[in-house]
Amino acid sequence: MSAVDEVQVREGVDRETVEAVQQVGSAYKHGWETEIEMEFAPMGLNEDIVRLISARNEEPEWMTEWRLGAYRRWLEMREPDWAMVDYPKIDFQKQYYYARPKSMENKPKSLDEVDPKLLETYEKLGIPLREQMILAGVEGAGEAPAEARKVAVDAVFDSVSVGTTFQAELKKAGVIFCSISEAIREHPELVRKYLGSVVPVSDNFYATLNSAVFSDGSFVYVPPGVRCPMELSTYFRINAENTGQFERTLIIADKGAYVSYLEGCTAPQRDTSQLHAAVVELVALEDAEIKYSTVQNWYPGDEEGRGGIYNFVTKRADCRGDRSKVMWTQVETGSAVTWKYPSCILRGDGAQGEFYSIAITNNYQQADTGTKMVHLGRNTRSRIVSKGISAGHAQNTYRGLVSMHPRAKNSRNYTQCDSLLIGDKCGAHTVPYIEVKNNSSRVEHEATTSKVDDDQLFYCRARGMDEEEAVALVVNGFCREVLQALPMEFAMEAQQLVAISLEGSVG
Amino acid sequence: MAAPQSKERAPVDARPLPEGGAWITAARQAAQARLAGVGLPQRRDEYWKFTRPDDLIAPEAPRAVLFGGDVPEVFGTVDRVRIVFVDGVFDAGASDDLALEGVRIERLAEAAAQDIHWARDLYGALEARGQAPVARPLAALNTAQARDGVLIHVTGRASKPVHLVYVHASETSDAILHHCIRLDEGAELTLFETGPAAARFNKVLEVDLAERARFDHLRIQGPDHERRAITHVFARLARETVFKSFTLAVNGVLTRNECVIEIAGDDASAHVAGAAIGGANFHHDDTVFITHDAERGESRQVFKKVLSNGATGVFQGKILVKPGAQKTDGYQISQALLLDEDSQFLAKPELEIYADDVACSHGSTSGAIDEDALYYLRARGIPRPIAADLMVMSFLAEAVAEIEDEQLREEIMGHFEAWLERRRG
Repeated sequence: MSAVDEVQVREGVDRETVEAVQQVGSAYKHGWETEIEMEFAPMGLNEDIVRLISARNEEPEWMTEWRLGAYRRWLEMREPDWAMVDYPKIDFQKQYYYARPKSMENKPKSLDEVDPKLLETYEKLGIPLREQMILAGVEGAGEAPAEARKVAVDAVFDSVSVGTTFQAELKKAGVIFCSISEAIREHPELVRKYLGSVVPVSDNFYATLNSAVFSDGSFVYVPPGVRCPMELSTYFRINAENTGQFERTLIIADKGAYVSYLEGCTAPQRDTSQLHAAVVELVALEDAEIKYSTVQNWYPGDEEGRGGIYNFVTKRADCRGDRSKVMWTQVETGSAVTWKYPSCILRGDGAQGEFYSIAITNNYQQADTGTKMVHLGRNTRSRIVSKGISAGHAQNTYRGLVSMHPRAKNSRNYTQCDSLLIGDKCGAHTVPYIEVKNNSSRVEHEATTSKVDDDQLFYCRARGMDEEEAVALVVNGFCREVLQALPMEFAMEAQQLVAISLEGSVG
Repeated sequence: MAAPQSKERAPVDARPLPEGGAWITAARQAAQARLAGVGLPQRRDEYWKFTRPDDLIAPEAPRAVLFGGDVPEVFGTVDRVRIVFVDGVFDAGASDDLALEGVRIERLAEAAAQDIHWARDLYGALEARGQAPVARPLAALNTAQARDGVLIHVTGRASKPVHLVYVHASETSDAILHHCIRLDEGAELTLFETGPAAARFNKVLEVDLAERARFDHLRIQGPDHERRAITHVFARLARETVFKSFTLAVNGVLTRNECVIEIAGDDASAHVAGAAIGGANFHHDDTVFITHDAERGESRQVFKKVLSNGATGVFQGKILVKPGAQKTDGYQISQALLLDEDSQFLAKPELEIYADDVACSHGSTSGAIDEDALYYLRARGIPRPIAADLMVMSFLAEAVAEIEDEQLREEIMGHFEAWLERRRG
């Protein structure tokens, strides 16, 4: 983690940050589009579309029924309006719910058969779909780490998974890593047991919609006692216009297993907004540990607030077994609107949940994000560190829940949410809910809101940095606790993103 | 589940408005319309997430037995003007003469009979401003239905405090009082409020501070075990004003104190503090909403609750900093000490900030008495029950420290000691 350790507010200029700011000409570098022939389901949503998605994925009957049940529930639900976000009403009939590259009609049997255009796309995104020693998401990582690390990638393009690397090697370790559509076909017993067991079908409006129309996503199963031999990752790319992406991720770490999972996402630059409604379910059994890291870099819209992704995501972990542990780390820099609360249900005794988050909003971005830590088991622990940065005309809200149930004796929570405001046209808000129902548990919550410290800025500028560089440096210092929690593959990218997202926010 | 937006509201009590002169009739009608617009609070309402409003909106007040033990005289050593209400009805015989230099005190019941009155601009006006962004229907109900209260116009520095004494006499009393206080430029007043008031008590206090005015408010709620109360304080602060309010609550099955403060002038300061202690069936809710709409404003919220035997403490506090309210300094702390397994603390400390050059913070903690500290005291020969009480006293002291007057501070600490002694038996 040496790259991260350098990021400190201290004497001497932090080169990495400064270079990141200087390098980037245009703020959003993944805004290009892949020209590829696509095949769409008819626009709009009805039972036939749900059936069509299920049929395209060659799903068994029970899965089709599961989806239809969700669709019927969804029709009776209302869109939530409690978050501090404001956006024009979404017309759910004016979207495509399924889009796949024509070349994916006959599923490629191996990566060699994948359309070169798709491979090129991921190459360009810095995610080469080749089985080699790679550092996903890291461009010009500088010196390679002492020991080169492998990262297995599942690449999702609009509605379909185009390929998954290192499957054979993972299989040797007993780890199943494949697209969720493949898992439904190949491992129905596992999917049936766990799908919807953490985020029930009717959990909330967007999760229910996802349950009806999810087209692909990733599936991971790590058997008892296995430490997954490499990092797993999924890269989501939205490419087609007017198309919603609804992916579903299910990760199960059986007793004593360990897995680290990375998630990245980007989309082209367009004037119209696009919907992304994902569901991620994590299940950690006894003594299992799951590390889930996200760098969310969907297209955020332009400086006037035109376009951008609506990111309405339900992520939840069930720490089902005793001493299980889940750690969520997220760097949220993209999306026009974010509505996302990665949570932990700490059911097993001694279970642990952690949430580290950096949410950066600039221009007209809006983010309402946070976590829920629900303590049900005894001696459970949770820790929340949230850093919100708001610039331009953006609104950034931390919303969270810490709940200590009567049975959760001797449990602990520590929460820290800090907000930083850059400019006088933006907003930063904190909405924590704290519910303590037993007295042997201890809950501590702290929050602060401030602006970038003038003394720190002055100090940096006195050493020859311009204002933008100085702000980037101070902000990186502000985010350090969270950046340090990221796996090395992401730490570099996240650090650059922090600087890039704030471009143009000063002066 | 997606939160359903509930538009069906509980039916509003269709009691006829009290008779009165032109000014108050207009104010009551406007309040009635506000109430009809938002409806009565319901369990599903986000703002009532932690406190069930049922007892507060029931047509009849739930029965409440009177406190059996001795109640010591409160603020007995302070020279003050006492105004006594028994079950919400003014008691002339028990009250002092209302004449006080620099202060004009009138009864709402008398002023309401007139057609024109200075309180026209204040009565219900701050309550109406306080209805956004969150509805406070029980305050609108109060404005519409209150028949009595005091109207205080302070033109200079009041020579002594005004003390509103609330006596609970009937087990079924359902009292509504509405007070208005106007402080002219540079005026100063200290207001005491004490006593259980009624089986069910709905009170609104509106305070309007002109430039450089100062208002000190000290309130003791209790000690009746079964009383229910919903109170609202609405205050508007002009430039360089000081507003300080401290509430001690002891016992009561349901208390919800809402405090809505609007910092409208630059360099104003608002401090709201509270200490609550209660046992079985005690449900105590502090709901505070402070709006900073001026520069260099300072606000503090300090709330402490000691809960035992199944008691519930609630804190909903919000600091809203509007665009342009630069150099705001907002601080908020809410803490609960849970003396046993059954008690609970529910909190929602919120910040909503639209100005960049501010320093706002909040903190919230809850847990049991620190065993290490107890051990330390016991190792020095202090018996466990006394050691635990010492810990409780020190926990509450931070809130009590918000009271500036030393004599009053000591009196409040004395009440805590009495409660702890009763509890020890």
